[in-house]
Amino acid sequence: MPYYQDDYKIEENDTSNSSCFDIQVYCPEIANAAKAGQFVHIQCEGKILRRPISICEIDKKAGTIRLVFDIRGDGTRWLSKQEEGAFLNILGPLGNGFNLNETAKKALFVGGGMGVPPLLEAAKAFKGKADAILGFKCIDNSMLIDDFNDVCSKVIVMSDDGSLGEKGFVTSLLCDRITKNKYDVVYSCGPTAMLKSVSEITLENNIACFVSMEERMACGVGACLVCACKVKENDKEAYKHVCKDGPVFNAKEIVW
Amino acid sequence: MLERMGNPPPRIAETSSGILNSVGLQNPGIDYFIEHNLPWLKEQNTVVIANIAGGTHDEYYEIARRLDATDVDMIELNISCPNVHEGGIAFGTSCMGVENITKLVRRATSKPLIVKLSPNVSDIGEIAAAAEASGADAISLINTITGMKIDIKTRRPLLKNNTGGLSGPAVLPVAVRMVWQAAARVSIPVIGMGGVATWQDAVEMLLAGACAVQVGTANFTDAYAPLSIIGGLDNYLNENGFKSVREIVKKVEIWQ
Ligand SMILES: Cc1cc2nc3c(=O)[nH]c(=O)nc-3n(C[C@H](O)[C@H](O)[C@H](O)COP(=O)(O)OP(=O)(O)OC[C@H]3O[C@@H](n4cnc5c(N)ncnc54)[C@H](O)[C@@H]3O)c2cc1C
Ligand SMILES: Cc1cc2nc3c(=O)[nH]c(=O)nc-3n(C[C@H](O)[C@H](O)[C@H](O)COP(=O)(O)O)c2cc1C
Ligand code: FES
Repeated sequence: MPYYQDDYKIEENDTSNSSCFDIQVYCPEIANAAKAGQFVHIQCEGKILRRPISICEIDKKAGTIRLVFDIRGDGTRWLSKQEEGAFLNILGPLGNGFNLNETAKKALFVGGGMGVPPLLEAAKAFKGKADAILGFKCIDNSMLIDDFNDVCSKVIVMSDDGSLGEKGFVTSLLCDRITKNKYDVVYSCGPTAMLKSVSEITLENNIACFVSMEERMACGVGACLVCACKVKENDKEAYKHVCKDGPVFNAKEIVW
Repeated sequence: MLERMGNPPPRIAETSSGILNSVGLQNPGIDYFIEHNLPWLKEQNTVVIANIAGGTHDEYYEIARRLDATDVDMIELNISCPNVHEGGIAFGTSCMGVENITKLVRRATSKPLIVKLSPNVSDIGEIAAAAEASGADAISLINTITGMKIDIKTRRPLLKNNTGGLSGPAVLPVAVRMVWQAAARVSIPVIGMGGVATWQDAVEMLLAGACAVQVGTANFTDAYAPLSIIGGLDNYLNENGFKSVREIVKKVEIWQ
């Protein structure tokens, strides 16, 4: 799988959403090679380690990728201050991405918080047939709801405190949705605790489930082995690596 | 020798100008390596050095013996890994330990044998001399310096292994000092590493007594770091009228 490292220009910086940062980067080689669910690794000034950020949307024609992120520490704080016209040193596209050979099937996307952006490009592949449940802490943390409405059949929005959509966790609605609708596959990204419940619920209901995982990274390309994720392989436990074997895993494999 | 799972994640933490890692030598075992990884490595048209570590003396011997029968170009004896509970650093922190393991592995192979030294010792010169006297063809240093980082919010170590090995620019001055002290005591080649990120760092290493330089952590920031270092080194040699790096090895002019 080809990946590239170069300085790429921020073409657009959409400041209209107060809950996250939303940029378009012009990187034709990366955009051309990228698949839904992959990520890029971004150099942040003064930092030894790059910061992994998922590719939210890919526009191969325009040669751009969209990145949506939030401030979590020094690296993302620096990133948030980069303006239109600035250059970012980006390595990518990295990781395996979502397996989208099943776009004929009925899919449900389940995203929580910053786990929502990585699902958008994959949801687009279902050409309006997929549903989505998007969960946020509160109305101030919500993002990409219009984007999902544009590409999905039904979008349910939830918040922990009830300030937006239905009150509660995404998993509280998941059981109900999957028994009423015959979904073939669930794609999910979000906090680990949420992914664990999503995976348990889908497993009990015999529905295929793919989760996008996070782990601290260094190389991003499968060389240094720091981004370990425990999986079951032939009834034995082993560590796979989020940057190369993932970030998307079959939920069945993961040892939570 | 057998498969090693490695340590649980997180296995990496960023520190001021450095990183701590606690991978713990995850690897598929010697037989798997010889069968599945080595053929690909040999196709890459470069020198292949196998970095080996065992849990016991017998394992070190057996790994070296099996590699001796392959077309690996050189063996690097890792007696300096701070992240495993058995083997690794345990053999590398006393002269007696270094002598015993080096002599043993020397008997198992006629391939060039590099002994990789730990900086977690009080007299690196003595250790270097012990390696040479026991049959090492070269020494390499430094491996990582044992360190720790604590998350003050959770009051827990960031690494699941609690401690890890420090590498990156933070360790360069320590590495340069140790290369200088080791090179003063041996006549076999010294391979210098530890924090080299720029061509200037590489020049320091060479002046201190290294005849080759390795670059590890810098690749995480910039995958092209080794190429930039080689380019910068060439310019430095040209500008200063040197025909080869050999002419600057060990040429630091010490104050009397
Ligand atoms: C595959 C993948 C995709 C991601 N996609 C997105 C995204 O689309 N949008 C977004 O806002 N965030 C995303 N993240 C999380 C993002 O990488 C972290 O928020 C970011 O690295 C934090 O860096 P910092 O310097 O601001 O924080 P600090 O806490 O100061 O970072 C310290 C170190 O920890 C690492 N780190 C901290 N939190 C995480 C985390 N959650 N995951 C991995 N490494 C972490 C950093 O990379 C850095 O090495 C993704 C993570 C992964 C692994
Ligand atoms: C993620 C990681 C994994 C490493 N694994 C090994 C290893 O398996 N064997 C070994 O001898 N040294 C290992 N090292 C140590 C490096 O080879 C090197 O000695 C050290 O990092 C200092 O150099 P640097 O600052 O250029 O990285 C590892 C270092 C890192 C950061
Ligand atoms: S970050 Fe290096 S193997 Fe995943």
